[in-house]
Parts: sequence; structure tokens; C-alpha cells
Amino acid sequence: MFVARPIAADHRDLIHDVSFDFHGRRMATCSSDQSVKVWDKSENGDWRCTASWKTHSGSVWRVTWAHPEFGQVLASCSFDRTAVVWEEIVGESNDKLRGQSHWVKRTTLVDSRTSVTDVKFAPKHMGLMLATCSADGVVRIYEAPDVMNLSQWSLQHEISCKLSCSCISWNPSSSRAHSPMIAVGSDDNSPNILAKVQIYEYNENTRKYAKAETLMTVTDPVHDIAFAPNLGRSFHILAVATKDVRIFTLKPVRKELTSSGGLTKFEIQIVAQFDNHNSQVWRVSWNITGTVLASSGDDGCVRLWKANYMDNWKCTGILKGNGSPVNGSSQQGVFNASLGSANTSLQNSLNGSAKHTF
Amino acid sequence: MEELDVEPPLTLIPGVDSKSKQMCFAWAPGEMLVYETLFPKECAEKRPGCPNIFIVRKDKDVYSQTLRKLFSESHGIFVGLQRSEEELGGKSRKAQLVRVSKNYRSVIRACMEEMHQLAISTRDPELQCQHSTQVCILSAMELIWNLCEILFVEVAPAGHLLLHLLDWVRLHVCDVDSMVCEVLSSENPSKHKDFWNAVDIFVLQGRMDDARHLLSKEASANPTSMGMCKILDDLMKKMPILSIGNTQTLTEMELKWQHWHEECQRYLQDGTFSSNLHMESICKILLGDENAILEKKELMTTWYHFLVTRLVYSHPTVKPVELRFYAQSSLDLFLGGESSSEPLDSILMAAFEFEIHQVIKECSIALSNWWFVAHLTDLLDHCKLLQSHNLYFGSNMREFLLLEYASGLFSHHSLWQLGVDYFDHCPEYGKVYLELHIERIPLNTEQKALKVLRICEQRQMHEQVRSICKIMAMKAVRNNRLGSALSWSIRAKDAAFATLISDRFLKDYCERGSFSDLDLIDNLGPSMLLSDRLTFLGKYREFHRLYGEKRFSEAAKLLLMLMTAHIAPCSFWMTLLTDALPLLEQKEVIFSAEQTYELMRCLEDLTAGKTDNQKLQVDDVETTKVEILRLALARNLARAIVKEGTLEGS
Repeated sequence: MFVARPIAADHRDLIHDVSFDFHGRRMATCSSDQSVKVWDKSENGDWRCTASWKTHSGSVWRVTWAHPEFGQVLASCSFDRTAVVWEEIVGESNDKLRGQSHWVKRTTLVDSRTSVTDVKFAPKHMGLMLATCSADGVVRIYEAPDVMNLSQWSLQHEISCKLSCSCISWNPSSSRAHSPMIAVGSDDNSPNILAKVQIYEYNENTRKYAKAETLMTVTDPVHDIAFAPNLGRSFHILAVATKDVRIFTLKPVRKELTSSGGLTKFEIQIVAQFDNHNSQVWRVSWNITGTVLASSGDDGCVRLWKANYMDNWKCTGILKGNGSPVNGSSQQGVFNASLGSANTSLQNSLNGSAKHTF
Repeated sequence: MEELDVEPPLTLIPGVDSKSKQMCFAWAPGEMLVYETLFPKECAEKRPGCPNIFIVRKDKDVYSQTLRKLFSESHGIFVGLQRSEEELGGKSRKAQLVRVSKNYRSVIRACMEEMHQLAISTRDPELQCQHSTQVCILSAMELIWNLCEILFVEVAPAGHLLLHLLDWVRLHVCDVDSMVCEVLSSENPSKHKDFWNAVDIFVLQGRMDDARHLLSKEASANPTSMGMCKILDDLMKKMPILSIGNTQTLTEMELKWQHWHEECQRYLQDGTFSSNLHMESICKILLGDENAILEKKELMTTWYHFLVTRLVYSHPTVKPVELRFYAQSSLDLFLGGESSSEPLDSILMAAFEFEIHQVIKECSIALSNWWFVAHLTDLLDHCKLLQSHNLYFGSNMREFLLLEYASGLFSHHSLWQLGVDYFDHCPEYGKVYLELHIERIPLNTEQKALKVLRICEQRQMHEQVRSICKIMAMKAVRNNRLGSALSWSIRAKDAAFATLISDRFLKDYCERGSFSDLDLIDNLGPSMLLSDRLTFLGKYREFHRLYGEKRFSEAAKLLLMLMTAHIAPCSFWMTLLTDALPLLEQKEVIFSAEQTYELMRCLEDLTAGKTDNQKLQVDDVETTKVEILRLALARNLARAIVKEGTLEGS
């Protein structure tokens, strides 16, 4: 891997989340400085900040984009107990010339009584829907029935998880065989043995979300959770960031064997567990094909995990800060900071950057 | 087969302090982004930290122009191979596959040549280094591919095997020609310092004619050694070589070779060449003396050259299965325990051992992009070498590598189109990978969107078509380009959105009194039926057209039908009735009595439908309008009755 030019983020405090839009041409960053910035990628690959505004009255924990089918829409959540939906307004022509765009607040979701720790849009086939989770242990699912009027959102479901929630992940599968599903992780520190990952599934009959599974083996605080994109598999893959990186498969047990109209039962297996971060793992996230998982941990590194065609998981790359300050002026061109173990003399050998295939 | 446990590569991010802070990341379709942060959130105090966010990418190669050519040309070969006739059996199929392999190699060589030109023509030292590196890598790739072609595709049998290997060595190892040129162009070739080196290398490469030619120079320059030269020349001439097309059997060849070998032996033992060290050494080489050959290490430069030379002079009828032993011992003897083998060496060794899987595995690890292994594996799969009885995960591996390679192409703004064809030929996951990737292609321009759509439509990817059209429609609506939005909605078959946009058009008309995007609305055709509102929009515009063309009775009929058939939304009836006014006021009676009754009924329905509350709020304009309408309708009714009641001619 190599590092391309850096972007001066210009936040006045820690950045807590960065999110790319669906096509990778826009980016949103949010920070403890209570603001969100939106960046656009120009034709030649440069990133320019096209909007920066104060969004909350507390640290902004997460920011996320809706699917472009719904237009240019962002959601942010914050320590100030709210989650907000923003929409970009196409500006006046002078604004466009200056390369600036405007984002307006469409709605503020104020139902939570504590810090809102995560906000995620549901898969697009479910319409314009989002879920939030809070330290008060409640997951709330909102829907905007009219896509052209983003100021109307209704609270459709309130799921009480009984544990302080830190993260949520929607199952992206749009297959008819799978009901909508959401995984919730908790970072509750109390010494209960309650499992810290719960999976809720939507029941067509009761029209409610009900708990389908808990991952009994995850008993340490969970900091992040992520369903992998479904590659036409019949089962689901879920990554969990806890005191290590864990990857689970959830295979639906055939419905005939369970009570009719009830929830799906799953056979849960752990397919990988990595403690290379040596301590807490804070984030996990899948690439767009769900073939590589990235994790970041207390050891200050970002690690990449990949399965070979025989389904063995291995670390295929590490990103680590080298601590030295960046030399002041803007970086010209690309610089290769990659060290590979197979990187020997190039005269009669080949450039190495080890890749895990087998 | 053991698992190769390689340490994952480490990439350093400058300015990020991994000791006291953490790093977080975000995935983008083609790249990744990292930034410094601090977990857990409670510790978030104001601390100066790294102000930058970094974009991290995997494949730098995809962005080089010369390599792009490699990708697109090899794409053509790949697609041709997938579509090639499988019914061709046996020899013709093999010949076809060999041709494909040679095509791939010529593409690599062309790329190498171009890179080389770039390297020597640039002034920038860093660029030059980059280009030179690329040339090395490409050269190694061609070397490996060539060997694989000989062993796996051509499947050369004993006898021919050595000939192919000789060609391979001559083509790839050490540049003889420049040295020879220098020698020959000098005043006294045989006195040139490199003269005997040149002769040696020709002998080592089995180029007897060239060696003899040089030797003759020595003979003519140095009469005293003429005798020895003649004998040596004779030996070289008589060396039995199996040429392709030669009908002698291996046994015949071996017999001849044995005789020749004994003759050389006799001359050596008789001390014929004892007065000339060079010629004696050559004779020893002809006899396959390992030590004598090894002395010429510097000339051969590589162990695989040594291997081939050894075989030429000790075992010319080597069988493929015997290669591995000679290869291993050659490597050991050549390196002599001084240096350790390098990645290239293990790859070639694996090939000599016919461990195809090992070759692919090692190449995957050593090379920084998937191009090579993906195409080579695919070719070998077509040679039926990766079938289940050879490797139970064989075709899985082919697909895995192709998927990886094609996925990489999608991060490039134009190469992604090549990727589509690769996915097409991955039976198990190709479709779903294509769906996932093609959705993410940024639709910067309408042309690009149309290109992507065409690809999706060709493959019946209906959901992707719908989604792309919806995204474009949404973008158009936001920018107030209603015509564009409407055509995208129609293409997406999105009735709800079409209704929404039609409403916007109608609203615009009410406000401004004219339509925008007339061309589009006039030519809706059958797509008008997508939504009721859209149908109304189309028909309403048609009404205006008819009116403009003075086809009043047709216009009148249409107008009425729009209300009576409930195509028009109730909210629009007032506007329609107002539109009827000019028709009612014409000199000629246009609406018949019956039609007038209908119109009246519509008006009454409209006003009756309002509640008392609404009636109170209705402003003066509305009331006046209704009054005028009632009057006009009444007058028209009267005229119509009279007209219809009058007999013709009376």
C-alpha cells in the first residue's frame, strides 16, 4: 500500500468519524469541535472542503451518508443527545463559483436522553430509514415516508436493549429471503454476564423488531460492529470490535424447523479471532465487496484482514503512524512508505509487497 | 504443500503518533482513508495532534499509462481465449493455447520496450528509477511466463524440451550481442580481451555455428593454433542436435550423441588442447564437465542458464519429470552456499518441479498486482491443468484471482470497463461482484451514466438500472432540470417519481403559463402511461398543441375527456375549465350541447365539492371565474341547441 497526498483536515479538535459517500467522491468528517465538514473530490483527485458548519452543541461522534437515490443527505449524532438529518441545497450561482455548498438542517431527533453513539441509514430497499443508538440503551428507528420532504420523520420503532449501546449495523442484504436485521453492540462495563452483541430482526407478522440472537461468546465491551456486504451467500457475516477482532457467520436455520411465522434461528460460528492489536479494538469496517475487513485498535494501528479462496483469514496489511511530523509544505507527488519483507534487490528479483492469497 | 507464513507489509503514515493516539479509517470504493484520533471518547481532551487525513491506496500500478496499455491489450486476449472454440481437440487446441500464451508474452515485451524508452528518455531520476524497476519486473514476468509456456502449455517432450529451454535461455539471459559486436568490430578480434568470453558464451548457449565462426578468426590470426582450431571446429560441427522436424528417434539421437561424446573424450585425454587453456576448457564444457562450466559463472549469470548448459552437454534428451533434480542441484552448485535464493529463484524452481500451484502462490506473493497471476492462472485453467483431479480448488483459485484483478480495475475512471468482461467470465461470483462494483461508479456525466446503463441493460441487471436512473433523476430534480429528471424517471420506470415531476411541470405551467421541455413532453409516446399524472401532462400538452393548430373540436373533445375520464387531477379542473373559455367564446359553436352539459356538470362537481368553509375562503377571483364560466357555458348551450335544432338548408 502506499500513501497518497495528505489532506489538511482543519478541525480544531479530534476527528471522530469520517465517511465517504456511496461513490467515493464526497467525504464528511465530524469532530469534537462540534462541526461537520464536507469535502468534494475534484477531477484531478484533489479534495476541497466545500462546507463546514456547526452541527451540534457537543462532540459529534458519527456522520453518515444516505444512499444517493435519496439525494445528498447526511446524518450526524452527538454527545448533545441528538441526531440530525442534513440536506444539501443547491446554491446560488456565486456560491457554485466559489465552490461552496449549503447544508440545511431538516430534522432533529431528540428522543434520546443520553449521548447518541451511532447513527446509520438502513439499506436503500427499505426506503429512507435510519437507526440511532444511545448510551441509554435504546435503539430508535425512524422513517421519512416522503422522500421529497425530509423534515417529516416518524419514530417507527424503539428497541430497548437494556445495555448502554455503542454501535449498530444494518444487514445490507436485500434478498427476499432475509428479513430486515440490525445488530447492536454494547460497551457496558458492568460485570454482568449479559452478552454484548444482540441481533434484532423484523417480524412481518407482529410488524415489530424482536431479538433474534445474542452472541453469547462476546462478553467484553463492544466498540464497533459491522455486517459484511452479502455476496449472494445464504448466510451472514458479522465483524465485532471488542477486546479483539472477531468474525462470525450466522447461518439461518431452515424456517420449517422453527415455529411458523417466528423469528429465524441462526447457527452462529466464529470463523476468525485476532488479538494482534494487543488490546481494545475500536473500529471494524468492511470494504465494498466485503472481502477485506479493516480494524483499528489501541496499538495505534489499522490492520487489514482478508480470507483466501479457502476461507482462511489472515492479516494482509498494517498501517501505523511513524510519529514524525509531516514536513510543512504540501506534499508533491507520491511517496512510497511501504516496507515489505520480500522487498529485496530489484535487479534480479521482483518487487515485493506480500499479499495473502493462500 | 505448506502454508507460506509471510509477514504482512507495513505502511507508515507520517505525522500520526501511534504511541499515544489511535488511528481510524474509512473505506472508499477504490481506496481507504486514515486519520489520527483518540478512543475512548471520554478521554477526548484538546490535544494537538496530526492535522492531516491520509488517502491510502493499494495499486499504484493501475495509474501508469504504459501499464494501462498492458491491461487493455491483455484484456482483448483474455476475452478471445474465453470465447475460443473448445471443440478443437488435441493438437490444434494446444497450438491455439500456445499462440495465446505467445500473444500475452508479446504484450508484456511491448510494454517493457515502452517502459525502457521512458526510462532512458526521462531526466527525472526518481521517474527513471521507477521506470527501470518496472522494466525489471516486466522482464521477470516474461521470463517466468515463457518457462511456464514451455513446461505447461507446450508440454514439450524429451528432446524438444531442451531445445525450447535453450531458446529460453538465449532470449532472456545475458546480453551476448553487444559483447560480440564489440569483439567483431575490433581490428584484431582474436586479440580482443573478450574474444574467448564470446566463444565461451556461444558454446555455453549451444550456438555452435556462431562459436565456429569466431573460432575461425583465431585460426586465421594464429597459425600455430590452426590445427587445434580445426579439430575443435570439427567437434562442434559434428555435435548431434535434435531439431524440431527431425525424424530421428530419441534412441538414435542418444546413440549418436554417445559416439560424439566419446570422440571429444579421446581428444581431451590425448592432450590435443593442452597448449591452449581456452580451447581445453571448451572441450571440457563439451564433455559436460560441471566444474569447467561452473568456471564460466560470470558469463552465465544465473543458475538456470547453468542448468540448461549442463543439460545440453550431459543429458540432452532430458525428460520433463527429470528436470527437478537437475534444477535443484544446479541451483545449489551455482549459489555454492554464498547467497540465498530470491523470490524469482523459488518461482522458477517451482516451475521446474511442475508444482503449478506453488508457482502461482509464489508469484502472488512476490508481485504487487494481480495482473500476472490472474491471466496466467486463467490460461493454465484452459489447459485443463487446474481441474479438480489436479487441484481440488483449481477453478476456485482462477475465479478468485480474476475477481481480485477485475476489482482493482474498478477504481480507475476508464479501466473499469475492462473489468466488466472479467466478471462476466467468473461463473460463481462474477455477477454479484459486478453488481456491487458497477453501482459505485461515479456518474459524473450523463455519457458515463448512459455507458454504465447500457452495460447493466445488456446483462439484465434491472435493479442497478433502476437505481442509476433514480440517482440521476434525483440529481436533476435538485438542480431543477425537470426535463432531464423526467426522462430518467421514465427510464427507471419509476411511476411515483414521474408523478412527482409531472406535478412540478404542471405547477410551473400554472405559475408561468408555459411549459418547459416541450420536446420531451411532446414525444413521450407510450411511456406516457407510466403514471396517471404523466399521462395527464402529455395529454394536456396535446390539448395545447391542438388548440395552437386551430383544431378546435378535437381540442375540445380532448379537454372534456381529460375531466370526464378522470385523467386530470381534481386540483387542475379549474385550470382546464378556464382553458375551455376561449373555446366557448369562439364565433363558431365548438362544444355540442351534450358536451356543454358535461362541462356544466364538471363545474358543479367542482364547486359542490368544496365545503362551506372553503366557499367562504374562496377569494373574489375564484368567484368571478366561476361566474364567467357559468355565463359562457349557458351562452354556448343556447347556441348549440339552436345549431343542432336547425335543419340543414332551412
